[in-house]
Amino acid sequence: MSTKEIAGAVVNVDEEGFLTDPAQWTEAIAEAMAAELGLTLTEDHWKVVDFTRQDYQQTGEAPGLRRITKVGGVPTKQLYKLFPKGPAKKIARIAGLGKPTGCI
Amino acid sequence: MKKLLILGAGTAGTMVANKMHHMLDPDEWQITIVDQHETHYYQPGFLFIPFGIYGKNDVIKPKRNFIPAGVKMIVSEITMIEPEKNRVRVAKDNRYLGYDFLVIATGTHPRPAETPGMAAGEWHKSIFDFYTIEGATALARHLRGWQGGRLVLNIVDLPYKCPVAPLEFIFLADWFFQEKGLRDRIDLTLVTPLPGAFTKPRAAKLLGNILQDKNVNVVPDYYIERVDPEAKKIISYEEDEVPYDLLVTVPVNMGAEVIGKSGLGDEMNYVPVDKHNFLSKKFDNIFALGDAANLPTSKAGSVAHFAVEIFTENFLRYIDGLDMLQKFDGHANCYIESGFGKGILIDFNYDVEPLPGKFPLPGVGPFSLLQESEMNHWGKMMFRWMYWNLLLKGKELPIAAQMTMAGKWQ
Repeated sequence: MSTKEIAGAVVNVDEEGFLTDPAQWTEAIAEAMAAELGLTLTEDHWKVVDFTRQDYQQTGEAPGLRRITKVGGVPTKQLYKLFPKGPAKKIARIAGLGKPTGCI
Repeated sequence: MKKLLILGAGTAGTMVANKMHHMLDPDEWQITIVDQHETHYYQPGFLFIPFGIYGKNDVIKPKRNFIPAGVKMIVSEITMIEPEKNRVRVAKDNRYLGYDFLVIATGTHPRPAETPGMAAGEWHKSIFDFYTIEGATALARHLRGWQGGRLVLNIVDLPYKCPVAPLEFIFLADWFFQEKGLRDRIDLTLVTPLPGAFTKPRAAKLLGNILQDKNVNVVPDYYIERVDPEAKKIISYEEDEVPYDLLVTVPVNMGAEVIGKSGLGDEMNYVPVDKHNFLSKKFDNIFALGDAANLPTSKAGSVAHFAVEIFTENFLRYIDGLDMLQKFDGHANCYIESGFGKGILIDFNYDVEPLPGKFPLPGVGPFSLLQESEMNHWGKMMFRWMYWNLLLKGKELPIAAQMTMAGKWQ
């Protein structure tokens, strides 16, 4: 495991730069993570990130796109607009939840 | 009398009925199992039907043959589960079944209607699934006369039943069309939401290499939004189009509707449970086993089998008020048919990815892990006999419920 300095904090990350400890996440880290991906977080982005973190706290698993759409109420099409090219990974990265594994 | 009620007489439910009938005192316990269908399907056999290796009769037997005489079987649709009242309503005679303990084993099912355009007019004409007896037999008929073109196999979303089956389908299709002398007229493409052939790194590499050797195109990270059945193309949320002549789909999988409408499921109708002992997170007298549970592992018969072994030991303690000592590790064990009479075996759990090596099996093995061999093919073919004669009846199989590192190379 390695560490990374981001938004003035030192956090634990995996080899791809995903946070490995969701408790170290802050809003400033989310914005810095988003900036690294070339994204500026708007209110619509935050709605998704907030839902994702709340859902993780309730279920212990990072939600997939279908769950964000069905439970979080954000259409999948919009997720692709907000987080183009691989929204599931980008959302998990910005929300500080570790790389989504897909259950196989 | 205490009442154990089992919902679903598929792989998991049937095994639970047999194990519990064997272990629980018949003077103290009444066991009832409910299922809406009379027929038990050997689902791993569906894969072979499109290629004419198995026919319908090779994969069906009456469910009643596998339910012991002391267990009451009710063939009926399940209308509602009322966990607050410890009862289940069934459609037959519109009656209630009370329980002290409930085991939910209602499985998972393909839902083609979740994807716009899929289940419409071209369903079972140019668009097929192979996870149902209807889909597998319709595809067999279609392939008998098909003269070639673009065959696209699309996985709609995760999780789906038997994660290796789509790869096996592709491997067998490559073999099947070569045998027919048609392979050079067919373009085989795997379109998947995964970043590659499989999620876990070492297996993904091996399986990816085999796909490449067999000249199969892979479109990764693809999340389908809809099908255009007239123009014969699939379209992703990013508006990427993949044209096809024959679309073989692995539709969205969801748990039984009754789970959802009874308020027991997540958004996909899977029951949230403790991943080590299968106890419902909401009710302390409800367990969910097999595909019906939201476990973070493969939805597969081997997982159901190992889970039931663990459950049996735990349940006998739990009803006496003792702690459940056994912890399920997410063990899965899958034979992957790779075509031309060969197969690959993978063995893994929540924490350990499929590794290469040898898999010990007393009396028969060892089998090669994460490597093609003819022996693995025979292991897969032999498994059908084991399934009907040993596994469903709850008899001992020489394979441990928890994964072992013996024979695996790190």
